[in-house]
Amino acid sequence: MTEDRARKVYAIDRGTVIDHIPSPLALKVVEILGVKQEGILTIGINFKSAKLGSKDIVKVENLKLTESVTDRLALVAPTATINIIEQGRVVEKRPIHIPREFHGLLRCPNPKCITNVEEVTTVFHLEGEPPHPAVRCHYCERLYKNPGELVE
Amino acid sequence: MEFNQRSIISIRDFSREEIEFVVGKALEVKQGRWHDALSGKVLASLFFEPSTRTRLSFEAAMVSMGGRVVGFADAGVSSTKKGESLADTIRTVTGYCDVIAMRHPVEGAARLASEVAGVPVINAGDGANQHPTQTFLDLFTIHEEFGRLDGLKVGMLGDLKYGRTVHSLAKALSLFEVEQVFISPPSLRMPEGIIEELRQGGTAFQEVEEIDQVQGALDVLYVTRIQKERFADFQEYERVAGAYRLGHRELSALGGQCRVMHPLPRVDEIKPEVDSGGNAIYFRQAHNGIPTRQALLGLVTGTIS
Repeated sequence: MTEDRARKVYAIDRGTVIDHIPSPLALKVVEILGVKQEGILTIGINFKSAKLGSKDIVKVENLKLTESVTDRLALVAPTATINIIEQGRVVEKRPIHIPREFHGLLRCPNPKCITNVEEVTTVFHLEGEPPHPAVRCHYCERLYKNPGELVE
Repeated sequence: MEFNQRSIISIRDFSREEIEFVVGKALEVKQGRWHDALSGKVLASLFFEPSTRTRLSFEAAMVSMGGRVVGFADAGVSSTKKGESLADTIRTVTGYCDVIAMRHPVEGAARLASEVAGVPVINAGDGANQHPTQTFLDLFTIHEEFGRLDGLKVGMLGDLKYGRTVHSLAKALSLFEVEQVFISPPSLRMPEGIIEELRQGGTAFQEVEEIDQVQGALDVLYVTRIQKERFADFQEYERVAGAYRLGHRELSALGGQCRVMHPLPRVDEIKPEVDSGGNAIYFRQAHNGIPTRQALLGLVTGTIS
């Protein structure tokens, strides 16, 4: 990180840094991770990035996010990288694995789907691969091409 | 191939080999090989939405092979009306029967039922989603007629947008070497999702708007009804429906030999003049619902193997 950026983004001693989020999805990432109430969050939007043109960064202080949580980002920010920080140093660099199935993460927009009529945990199966992931509802079998929009 | 205790929910769950196996068993049943195979078995026929034909076909299939039937023909008489959840209804009924056939207006209802039931569930239609026994009987009928599915050219005519039978049929036929021809008005075309799946799977197909535009002869033409309620303008409906009415002239444009199928009920999309010729196989198709459903009932209860 350059000195200039260090002044712009608050460094953390312990926690999780999500880097390389395509702009402007940082707020969506926070929503998907479900970390709004989890202590100090630092959000940086529109940094220059050689890879992405422009990127966002999210830092979650004092919380080591598990893999099952960070893998949720596969649907909206498959390019993101996860760094786990302890005592100010990166102790784990983690890529995002796209799960073949999503349980309870997405909501089916089909009003005639049983998941919107009865108490059922939603299940979606991955059909398209990134960068064009698509998901199919396990119950009503409809295919959705923008799965990021289905996140509850 | 294991079918014992397996639920039949969606044609998507079946491979080409499994479909061929079911079609083969349906033929054995029709030839009388599995007489009384369902003896001692009880079918719960749960029709949360009325459907006389499908219900009668399931019940006749069960009874004529020695089985018995309990159930209801309308959700108004079930405890759903009292607010019971589908999952609870199914958990209860599971204790009364060996197999469940259910129709429900909500999409995915049969899948959910199969996950909570202790007995196999056969989906007899879940809203606009799936009706797999219809697809199996359609495939059985085509196979019975030609002795094969590979190498055929199958057309589908009419409302291809909302018709779940044609969606499932197109998907199932894509597992075979079948060329598909979709004939519909632009507003009722086969949904893009299905077209894309066919394209990705390398299925040969063409889409046309009129019967006269079909290139080459068809082996099978699967006709579906164009429903009035799909059109805001009645005159537009009349014009479109009229253009897709099948008679002798249209049949000869399709090579004259093609077999005509229809999931029924038919209104006026096939002219009565077609009924008596050798082309019409739609009533036999409907009757094939019996051996096909018997084969499936026997397979999932473990009495046919």
